[in-house]
Amino acid sequence: MSRPISIASPQIEAPAIDAMSGWPPPVFDPAGPFAGSITTLAWALLAMGVVVFAVVMFALYVALFGRETTRERLDGKRAIWIGGIGFPVVVLTALLVWGLSLTSRLTPPVTGDELRVQVSGEMWWWRVAYLDAAGATWLHDANELHIPTGQPVVIELRSADVIHSFWVPRLSGKLDMIPGRLNRLRIQADEPGSYGGQCAEYCGGPHALMGFFVVAHTPEDYARWVAARRAPVAPPATPSAQRGEQLFDSAGCGACHRIAGTAANGLAGPDLSHVGSRRSLGAGILPNNRGTLIGWIGDSQSIKPGNRMPPYTSLPGEDLQALADYLEARK
Amino acid sequence: MHLVPLLPLLVLLAACQPPPGGRAAMPGTDAEAGLAAMHRAGCGACHRIPGIDWPRGELGPSLDGVAGQTLIAGRLPNQPELLAAYVRNAPALTPETTMPAMPISEKEARDVAAYLYSLAAD
Repeated sequence: MSRPISIASPQIEAPAIDAMSGWPPPVFDPAGPFAGSITTLAWALLAMGVVVFAVVMFALYVALFGRETTRERLDGKRAIWIGGIGFPVVVLTALLVWGLSLTSRLTPPVTGDELRVQVSGEMWWWRVAYLDAAGATWLHDANELHIPTGQPVVIELRSADVIHSFWVPRLSGKLDMIPGRLNRLRIQADEPGSYGGQCAEYCGGPHALMGFFVVAHTPEDYARWVAARRAPVAPPATPSAQRGEQLFDSAGCGACHRIAGTAANGLAGPDLSHVGSRRSLGAGILPNNRGTLIGWIGDSQSIKPGNRMPPYTSLPGEDLQALADYLEARK
Repeated sequence: MHLVPLLPLLVLLAACQPPPGGRAAMPGTDAEAGLAAMHRAGCGACHRIPGIDWPRGELGPSLDGVAGQTLIAGRLPNQPELLAAYVRNAPALTPETTMPAMPISEKEARDVAAYLYSLAAD
């Protein structure tokens, strides 16, 4: 190796922002009105718990070390009726009514004019379908949700297998996805940004590795995003990407994955029509870049043990590179 | 003193591997920043890396012990500048490799190399 090596050559520049920004999501840091009411409720319940704990500890102290007369009073029926029954009934009922009214806006009846996105929990990823006003799907996607800021978006929650739970702590509450049932949850972001989400109901195997991202755009940016998604993705331009497209077909990837505008129409795994534009891979767990894409395709089992994609360690490096070329360009 | 004729052989053997101290010396680098860059770029998707608990990918080789290796990728001499170049743009050095160019800056690439060399010290 006699020639001098320069590391100034690559075409790839370091991204300005962290692709995984927003993950893991903080839970007491609301970024919209619905998460705001949940956070208010959480703090109120915590404060109430602290007060009750203090009162109980005080009563315990009096019972153990107090004067004889005070202890007798604490022993009477009156103390039981007031402290043991009256107080909890009044306080818990008030908290329940207040809590329900505070969070009732999170689970709305559908009027038809709101933005609707269907999210289906699958072991161990998220199937996403954007609905138009008539309720028909205009875009299939996975593991990432794009919404406009400043307006509520109704998420229609379903499950394809077991119970999952949809949770974006900074944008709304947490709601279960139950097989055979449709649950609706409103989310809203006041500022543009990337908000992490996580499955919050143990769903087997790699449940802990079942994350996702909600990306909030200003209304103008969101309109641009919609327009870009409605346009077909350009066919692969480079020879390597073209070879990647052929490999995608010949290796049988299309049996599980759909890529809009191609013969690949599998529905068992995530839709890859726009995989190149996603922030993450493997359902919100890896930053999406060429390296992680190759690592995931080659041996996803070592990254997310138990997930339903088999390893493709038999593919030589240049094939994995070609597949990455093809998929990276699916913006 | 019948071992004396073996001395040149010993010298040759010693030359196979430069002293670790000299190799690890990478002035102006920040090994901790290198670890952070590897976290951000997701190097763990393919490599087992001390300091990264998850993921511990197995498509590529473990990076524990890079410092002690004679060669990078089995064919390049293990030198700081080469390693820094390799972690940033492997295909430029070994075109048939599975490892792609990674989205890290030149400085980060040197930091990553420094981190990998620092592992030998433990």
